[in-house]
Parts: sequence; structure tokens; C-alpha cells
Amino acid sequence: MILVVLPSHLKTLVQVSGDVRLEVQDGATLRSVLDALEARFPMLRGTIRDQVTLERRPFLRFFACEEDLSLASPDTPLPDAVASGKEPFFIIGAIAGG
Amino acid sequence: MSGVRVLVGTRKGAFVLTADGKRERWEVSGPHFAGWELYHVKGSPADPNRLYASQSTGWFGQLIQRSNDGGKSWEPVGNKFAYDGIPGTHKWYDGTPHPWEFKRVWHLEPSLTDPDTVYAGVEDAALFRSTDGAQTWEEVSGLRKHGTGPSWQPGAGGMCLHTIILDPSHPDRMYIAISAAGAFRTDDGGKTWKPINHGLHSQYIPDPDAEVGHCVHHVAMHRSRPEVLFMQKHWDVMRSDNAGDLWREVSGNLPTDFGFAIDVHAHEPETIYVVPIKSDSEHFPPDGKLRVFRSKTGGNEWEALTKGLPQHDCYVNVLRDAMAVDTLDSCGVYFGTTGGQVYASPNAGENWAPIVRDLPAVLSVEVQTLT
Repeated sequence: MILVVLPSHLKTLVQVSGDVRLEVQDGATLRSVLDALEARFPMLRGTIRDQVTLERRPFLRFFACEEDLSLASPDTPLPDAVASGKEPFFIIGAIAGG
Repeated sequence: MSGVRVLVGTRKGAFVLTADGKRERWEVSGPHFAGWELYHVKGSPADPNRLYASQSTGWFGQLIQRSNDGGKSWEPVGNKFAYDGIPGTHKWYDGTPHPWEFKRVWHLEPSLTDPDTVYAGVEDAALFRSTDGAQTWEEVSGLRKHGTGPSWQPGAGGMCLHTIILDPSHPDRMYIAISAAGAFRTDDGGKTWKPINHGLHSQYIPDPDAEVGHCVHHVAMHRSRPEVLFMQKHWDVMRSDNAGDLWREVSGNLPTDFGFAIDVHAHEPETIYVVPIKSDSEHFPPDGKLRVFRSKTGGNEWEALTKGLPQHDCYVNVLRDAMAVDTLDSCGVYFGTTGGQVYASPNAGENWAPIVRDLPAVLSVEVQTLT
């Protein structure tokens, strides 16, 4: 079970107040977690990754176990602590606007 | 009992303002989608309870929301806007080729007859159509591919398709406008398009009379005379009496012919409204006076409408999609400002009063007349 922490605007969009727990098959990678997240909440398609290129949207970052995974390959395995649900996978919106 | 529903898109959410036919007491609902930019909210003429909203931010991209109960509740629907084929390039600000990139939906135009059919005008400029209530979108690619597309260039606000007008008497005829490419028309349901910019004169582009490249800010039409179009260009208020084949200037005695919004009285097809703005570098009204100008002669002769509007120290802007009319008798006129006011006149512009004063900057105003 993977624990995913969404930015507040996306929590509002999917109508959850807390964090999201996801079952991910065949190993936890950036791609498999995001695929599972979008399968559970189809309205998130396009809000985290571009729908056509699947590139991360530029003002979002991915963090796990204090590591910035934003530029990692989509097939990078997530740390064991995240894969086991002990630590969350963070999707964070850039703080911008002055 | 008749009434009106005003749909307001702002920089930080959508608002729904409702009143009965007297248009004196208003209920305000919102913000819907708080914190997001709502470029446009519009209802279906075929089913007034069916609304579509364009919701976006730089962080999370584009969403489309749909309501089936007049804006009481909403559901996110399809937001995949994929250009048809390999998109190619258009011109960048410096004239170099730049890849076509989807950024946001500026305008949603529901079909006149089918609540599930809706058009979307997007940045970078293209037209999309959905026939399943906005669940899926397909580009009307004949527009972007008709030949002049690679020479289109963005205006200061981006290269946006911001105006979509459906002809009620010719179902296959549609007009669109793009900043800064110009106006275009299809007569075959979107398969083929042609630029309709003959007569436009723009001194700020290399060829002032070019086929494309004009910064058209908005176009309006009266449904009883769909071949007559009125245009607020970057500079110049223009009119065409032949479906855009030829334009002539009708700025007349306006204090400045720069502006964004333009609309037509619901019952008088020769009565039109604009909000003159001082210049393209000073996006506020001349002399700090917020004035709507009305022409009852289809242009050239204009009168200032000021009763109830601030006449000193007012430095707001009125954006292109932020003016609308209702179809009650007498015609109500509405507009929103970047200062967050939404003004209403229940008597065709004679008197104005703010419905709300302190919303986020208003991006769009649409009105539904409810019976």
C-alpha cells in the first residue's frame, strides 16, 4: 500500500480530505504510482502529467524520503520505505507568485 | 417568473449571480473551484441547466467542469486537448518558428441545439469540438491547417482562440477570432475555413492590410441578422454587413477606439456597446472614468453611459469576454472588471449598479435568461 500526499487543490478536486492510499501491482515506481493514482481518480489525468507526453507538469515536484525524484526516470523504483507504506510519496506544487 | 443567471469567471474561481426579472436583488453563489482561474463559464441555449466551465492553473493545467443543475453542482469531464496529427509550428514573438503547445481553454461555446455538443477555443490557437457533453474532444483541425496557420503569431495575452460565434440561421457557418491572427469563417461545419480580415488595417504589423496577423479582440453578432458582425479590434471598432467578407471602421466619436469587449442589444440589432480603454499600454479607461459607450446606429455615433458607474479615479479594465446581455424586456447589460466589480443595467445601459464589488479580477461574464 502506497501513501500519496496530494497538493490541497488536487485533494479538493478528488474530494478527499486526507492522504490517498493506493494498491500498486508489480513494484512501485513513479510511473506505476501515477498510473494507479489516475486510474483511481480519472479527473487527475492531465493535472500531474501531460496527458499526451506523460511529462511531469513543470510546477510540480515529486519527493520521497527527502529525495527529489522529479527528474528521475519514470521507471525508477521508489524507496522501500515508500513502497511499504512507511513513508509517503509527496506530490508538491511549487510555491510561486511572489 | 422570469429571471437571470449571470455566470462569472474570475482569476480565483467562478461565481453564479441570480435575480428575478426585476434584476434588483441578487443572490451570489461561489467561489466555485476556489483558487483556480476560470476563463469562461457558459450555459447551453438548448438546456439552461447544462453549464460548461473552463478551469485552469499554471500548476495543474486544464480542467473542464460540467453542471447539469444550473451551477449548483459540478463534475470534472474530459480535459484531453490533443492537436490533430503533428502540430507543427507557428510564429513566436520574434518571428521564429515555435511548436504548437496547448496551454488553456479561453472560451466554451455550447451548441445552439444540442446540450452535449460544445466547442472550445484554446491557446495555442485551435478549435476543439465535443459531441458527448465534453467527455472527449476532437480538434476541428481544418482551421489550423487551412494554410495561414504557420504565420500566426501570439498577441500580448498569448495566441488564443477567444471568440466562437455560431450562426443560428446557417448551422454549418461559424465564426472564430484569434489574437493575433484575425477572424475566420467556415461555411461547411468546420471542414474548410477562410480568413475574413479584408478591410482591417493594423498599423503595428509589417503589412497593415495583411490577410492574417490582425489582433482581433472580440466579435459580436445579433442572432436576427447573422451576416452583420461587430468587432472590437486592438485599435478600431469595425463592422461587416456581409459575414466578414469586408469590414469598415465605425469608431466614430469614441474617445479611444482601443478596447476589448463588444456586444449587441438583445432586441435592437443596430444598438451596440463597447467599453473604450485608453491604450494598449494603459489598460484602463480614459480620464479615470468608467464609461460604456452605446451606438444606436450600428456604430459611428456613440453616447456615453455613465449613470451609476465611477466617474473619477477608476483604473480597471474590462476584458474581451466580460460583457453580456440578457433577453428580457428591457434588455439587461452586464460587464465585469479586473477590479472585481460586476455591473448590471436593467434598462439597456441607462442606469448601472454593481451586483458585486469585490470579486477577484473578472475574466468573463455570461448571462442566461431564465423563464
